[in-house]
Amino acid sequence: MKKGKVIETPIDPEEIAEMRVGDSFYITGTIFTARDAAHEKLLELEDEKVPFDPSEYAMFHCGPAIHKEEGVWKVVSAGPTTSIRMEIFEDEFIERFGTKVIIGKGGMGERTLKALEKHGGVYCQYTGGAGALMANAIKEVEDVHFLEELGIPEAFWMFRVKEAGPFLVTMDSAGNSTHADVAAEVDKNLKKVKSDL
Amino acid sequence: MILYLRLISHHPSKDFYSTFFSPKPIEMNQVEIEDALVGAIREAVTSVTKETEEALREAKRSEGEEGPQVQLDAILENIEVGKDEKRPICQDTGTQTFFIEVGEEFSSLGVLKEAIDNAVKKATKEIPLRPNAIDPLSDVNSDDNTGRFVPALHWNVVEGDEATIHVMPKGGGSENMSKLEMMTPGRGLKGVKEIVLDQIADMEGKPCPPTVVGVGLGGGADLALELAKKALMRPVGKNHPEERVAELEKELKEKANELGVGPMGVGGKTTVLDVKIEYAHRHPASFPVAVLPQCWANRQSRVKISSDRGVEVIR
Repeated sequence: MKKGKVIETPIDPEEIAEMRVGDSFYITGTIFTARDAAHEKLLELEDEKVPFDPSEYAMFHCGPAIHKEEGVWKVVSAGPTTSIRMEIFEDEFIERFGTKVIIGKGGMGERTLKALEKHGGVYCQYTGGAGALMANAIKEVEDVHFLEELGIPEAFWMFRVKEAGPFLVTMDSAGNSTHADVAAEVDKNLKKVKSDL
Repeated sequence: MILYLRLISHHPSKDFYSTFFSPKPIEMNQVEIEDALVGAIREAVTSVTKETEEALREAKRSEGEEGPQVQLDAILENIEVGKDEKRPICQDTGTQTFFIEVGEEFSSLGVLKEAIDNAVKKATKEIPLRPNAIDPLSDVNSDDNTGRFVPALHWNVVEGDEATIHVMPKGGGSENMSKLEMMTPGRGLKGVKEIVLDQIADMEGKPCPPTVVGVGLGGGADLALELAKKALMRPVGKNHPEERVAELEKELKEKANELGVGPMGVGGKTTVLDVKIEYAHRHPASFPVAVLPQCWANRQSRVKISSDRGVEVIR
């Protein structure tokens, strides 16, 4: 079923900088989840208190369905959440923590695109709703940070994954954005369809 | 017959004669209804209907580009994983929503609300579902998917002595893309088409396309939205029984798929799997148009309770 290559963490910045929209790939290694509250939390922490290095792993916009079985965290389902909510934090996050791979759904805006360009990163779309598939690729919950403070959906979950994906690059470091292109195309098509009504 | 035997086992004091020949209508066992509802919720969140799956496979066959292909491959593979492992296909297991058609002579009306509440609590633990019921003033999560007015119940009284409970776990991403427009009536059906197509274009990838789009016309503001949501319960590919409504559905589906939003908004030919319209007569001064999308998973199932077949889960 796999189409595209498998990349491993820690992330190789050169490998990511070369990726372009339309490429799809899989990840083996560690990914961490971060939603709105998680972004806010990390950005307000002093450097020495940040519990992991966000530049080494892929960031996943996700609030998993997860529960404990015999004292061990088990992921039930883990699809992406809508990324545009994180637009207000993402450029600062990339700037400060050097995260190179961002995974979510629905795409992000101009500010994030500029930050990806400046720091050689990519934004990838993981298929919305494909939570069972991702849960299957998660082999272990390695760690969780700020669980008590942020709650289950918002906490930083560190997942060890094997061939998780497919992730489709939709924003790249050359300033391309599938989302912007599709929006322009849809706008054009809408005008035509409406003029024929 | 199963039902009679079960009643005997649950009511050991009743003798054989009074169970079979009691003049009173037979009461369904609440636990049995609850268990069927948990089963129906499990079915709805771990698998898609055969019509939905077929429409997604058809979408896969029609798409040529790599982007939409990757999305549809992941969707289809995800469906297999959900089915094989009885795992929720999406982490957002939704707001538990029920449309209940209850017969005038249905004898167990008194236990239905409690059975549904209990089933939602059980399902939350057993499947498990993500706790998705939050007090809007305090932001506190009830942690069991129940609370004030949730699960959301829509009651409808029909003829007969049966009850059908339609189960719809409705995700937040698609619900957030709902729209109500109190259209100037003079815009007519052309206005309706414009509003629906504008909304489908505006939603882009956010409601997890290819979507099923519910459209409610007429009634008041509340009724238009309810009809739009209820219309989603009709199977994908099955048009409205009235020809003129069916034609409008087909036209909107065709035009929506010319917009190029594509699977998950990455561009492509399949933006909607179907458009479902329901309508009510309107006030002369008002023409409510509600657009309410459902994500590609189009989660749904049913529990039917009848005196001859007992309690059964159907799709």
